[in-house]
Order: sequence, then C-alpha cells, then structure tokens
Amino acid sequence: MTQKPKKVDIIFSPYSVAPYQILKDTMKRSKEEVIAELVSSGLRGRGGAGFPTGMKWKFATEQKGSVKYVICNADEGEPGTFKDRKLLMSVPRKVISGMAICAWVTGSTEGFIYLRREYKYLVNDLQKEIDIFKQHSKEVGLNFNLQIFLGAGAYVCGEETALIESMEGKRGEPRNKPPYPIQDGFLGKPTVVNNVETFASASMVCRIGATEYKKFGTADQRGSKLFSISGDSPKEGVFELELGMSVEAFANEFGDGDTKAVQVGGVAGFCVPRKDFAKAIIGDGNTTGGSTMIFNSSRSMYRVLHNYLDFYAEESCGQCTPCRIGCQQLLKGIEAVKKGEKPAEYLDQLLKLSESMRLTSKCGLGQSVTNSFSSIVTNFREEMIF
Amino acid sequence: MADTKELINALSKKHGIERKSLLPILQGIVEKENYLSKDSMLEVAKVLDISAAEVYGTASFFSFLDTKERGQYVVRVCKSMTCDMKGKEEILSTIESVLKIKIGETSQDKKFSLLETNCLGLCEEGPAMIINDDYFVKLTPEKIREIFGRYLRNEI
Repeated sequence: MTQKPKKVDIIFSPYSVAPYQILKDTMKRSKEEVIAELVSSGLRGRGGAGFPTGMKWKFATEQKGSVKYVICNADEGEPGTFKDRKLLMSVPRKVISGMAICAWVTGSTEGFIYLRREYKYLVNDLQKEIDIFKQHSKEVGLNFNLQIFLGAGAYVCGEETALIESMEGKRGEPRNKPPYPIQDGFLGKPTVVNNVETFASASMVCRIGATEYKKFGTADQRGSKLFSISGDSPKEGVFELELGMSVEAFANEFGDGDTKAVQVGGVAGFCVPRKDFAKAIIGDGNTTGGSTMIFNSSRSMYRVLHNYLDFYAEESCGQCTPCRIGCQQLLKGIEAVKKGEKPAEYLDQLLKLSESMRLTSKCGLGQSVTNSFSSIVTNFREEMIF
Repeated sequence: MADTKELINALSKKHGIERKSLLPILQGIVEKENYLSKDSMLEVAKVLDISAAEVYGTASFFSFLDTKERGQYVVRVCKSMTCDMKGKEEILSTIESVLKIKIGETSQDKKFSLLETNCLGLCEEGPAMIINDDYFVKLTPEKIREIFGRYLRNEI
C-alpha cells in the first residue's frame, strides 16, 4: 500500500489576519533577514523552471540602478494548468503581498501582473484588489505602483524573456540568456519575474517562517505545491499537495481506477506509463508547473501525442530552426507512420530529431518537446504504429 | 476610416506612443473593430513612428490580435487535450451546425467567427470555450444550442 498524497492547506487557507498584515510585519524586519528566510525555505519557482526564489531576489537586490521591475507571470498557458487562475480568483492578496515584499526587498517601484488574454474576465476583480492594495501600501509607506498588463495570446510568452519582449511591444520571441532578466529585463532594467504561485508561496514563507515551511516536502523540493488535476479523474480541480509523492500514490488518489498514464508537468513534461508509477516521483527533477493530466485505458496515446504536437507546431515562435521545423516534422512523422507511409523504424529517427531539438533549441519550448514525445513514443510504441 | 483614426488617436493618448504602447493600442483596436485592418495597422505605424512591418509582425504573432476580419462575437473553442477527451469534437460540430459556419469562418452577417484555441485553463470544467471575454464551461450540445440561441436572439 503506497502512502496517500498529503494534502496541505497553506496557500488556499483563508486570510487569517487583516489585509496586508504579512506585508506590514515583514517590513519591520531587515531585508537581509527576509532574503535569508526565503533562501533557507528552499522555495523554488512554481512556474516550471524551478529556480530558487530566494536567490533570484538576492541577485535582484545586488543590481545597481534606481529603476527595477517586479513582474508576476500570470501567462498560465501550459495545457492542463489552471492553478494560477484559482489563486488569483480566491487569494489575490497573497499574490500581491508576495509581489510587494519582493518590491520592498529589491527596491523596485514598478510592478506588473502579466495576465494571459484568455483570463481577461479576471481583470475587473483583480483591479479592485490592486486598488485595495494601494491604500494599504500608502499606509506602510511602500512606493510600489502595480498594474495589470494583458497578454495577447501566445504560449511562449510564459517564458520570461518572451514575456518581456511582448511587454515592450515586440513579437514574443525569447531572448538569448545570459543576460538574465535579473540583470537586463524590461526596458533593459533589472527585473524579477516570478510565477503567481511563487509570489503567494513567498508571502506564506514570510508568514509562517522557513522552519515551518520546510517541514513540507522532500530535500529537493520544499514546501507544498498546487496541482492542477484534469482528465480521467473523478476529482478534477486544484489541490495543494506536499511534494515528493509517487505517481502511484497520485493515481490511486485522483485516478478513476483505470489509469493508464499520467502526464506530469503538462505538455512540456513527461508521460508516465502505468508500469513506472511506483518508481516515478512527482516533483523530483521533473518540471514543477503542477499540470497533471490523467488518462485511462480508453484513451489513444497516439491521439494524445498528436494533440501535443499540434499544439507545439502552432505555439513555436518560429525564431530558431530546430523548434520551428522540428515540431512540424514530428507531427508529420507520426502521421506518416500511423498511415503506414513510413515504416515503424521511422519512429527511431523521429526520436533522434527530438533529441536534437532538446540540444539545439533556443528556449525551453523546443527543448522540452522531447520529454513528452520520447516518453509516449517509447512507452506506447505499438499505439503509434497500429 | 475617420473613426479608426480617431480611435487610434484616443488610444495613443491613453497608452502613449512608445514602442511598449503597441500591444495595448492594438488590443484597444481589436476590442472596438474585432480585428486589425490593414488601414488600422498602417495608421498605428504612423502614430508610433515605426514601420508597418513591425506592427504587422507583432500583431500576427499573437492569437488574439486577429489580422483577418472577424465577427462581433469571436467564439474560441478549447482544443487542448482535456477538452478533447471530454467531447470537444461534438461541441464544435454542434456550433458549426447552429451558426452554419466552419472553423475559421465568419458568418455572413459578421456576427460570429468560430475558431479553435489552445488551452483556456478551464480544464477541470471542460469542454470549454470563450466568446469574446466571457467563458463557458461543461459544454454539452444542449447547452451550446441554449447559449447561441440567446446570442442569436440578441439577449446578451
């Protein structure tokens, strides 16, 4: 019997204190102390890349210059992810608190919530929350001008440099890194870009302290994490779970009893087949975005992969050749094998192509295509052919 | 065209004429005119003093900045995996028969355009769609007929 996933209630717990009390209390401490607390908490970015949040803020603090920006990345476009929407709808003050604390620590006076266009219906309520925040920030003497920036519909803009490009009025094409946004971000100024959940988690670390926060999770992955669960599950929705559970425990809890595969980390993540459920750990080295799609045995994995590749071919920004051509060729390739126009061995060539894309693509989009491609083609090869 | 000029003027006053104002200005035009016409993009280029190719290049990158004429109501049906599993195909074919247009088309009276879109982030309640800024979830063919009935009778 595998252990059940441990449900946690930190991020979605109701506001326990007056609005922006966390911000007020935090601002009584020293900035160094707050950064040290965050570093010690082990909190990592919750958008997918998993960079240590405390370190990012520390680097931003060290940047010279009077103009710095704080951007909340709410361009939640990974298929199967909707936790940031829930966060912004139910506990926006925790997100805004996290941003305000970041602004105070790093010395930023301008902030943006980059909201994906698909979530435009959130703008009114979010603006009201920003107005409430403004009253409180005045009270504590924090000069932080927060605004909403509405995206225009592009998955790749979830990548932080592409996001910044689009804010500057350009095509959302990722930049070469380094320099990182922390050095050279929006309008060439130091910019902290964090995911919605990261900001909410950071404010929770400030509230409960690193010691308490660290009690959740594993050595690699501290704290709790929001999971967006969808697909063949009787319990779809957003759940806050302790990191470090096995896919088996996850499937037992959230599957419909007939789970064939779990897609961990969205389309950019890995497809775990039933035979690997026991050994695969969610949040251990794989992407931390929290999208989990559950497939039962009635699902065609060819259709799943075709859907993913169609998505990639459309969302590739087209800037670098491996990704632009690669996504299209992988899609054409699996169609040709399915129709019998190419032999089954052609799949091996496609696997090599996806590996080349991992090695040579400019950003995370093209580099991660191979994750779902190779895990589906390798584990469900017969479904690709027949 | 005079209206478009006025609109762009008003938008550039509101958002500024720097390059970073481009997206908000283009979004403002789409909100009023449903899409970006050639004339409107040329005018934006003039006002922002950048080349028209830059304006078109940016606009054509984003799926919500249509450069093709669209109807008053743009219907975007989610085609990502979870919505697909939950019966997106049936939803789409129902909409096609109700509105008598195919994916990518705009109705003759310019009232509706039907498009597919990538993940709307409404997976737990799929199949899902948005019509302009409003979202609709847990769609069924009956629900589709009911929703579009209201739109067609101008009850929205």
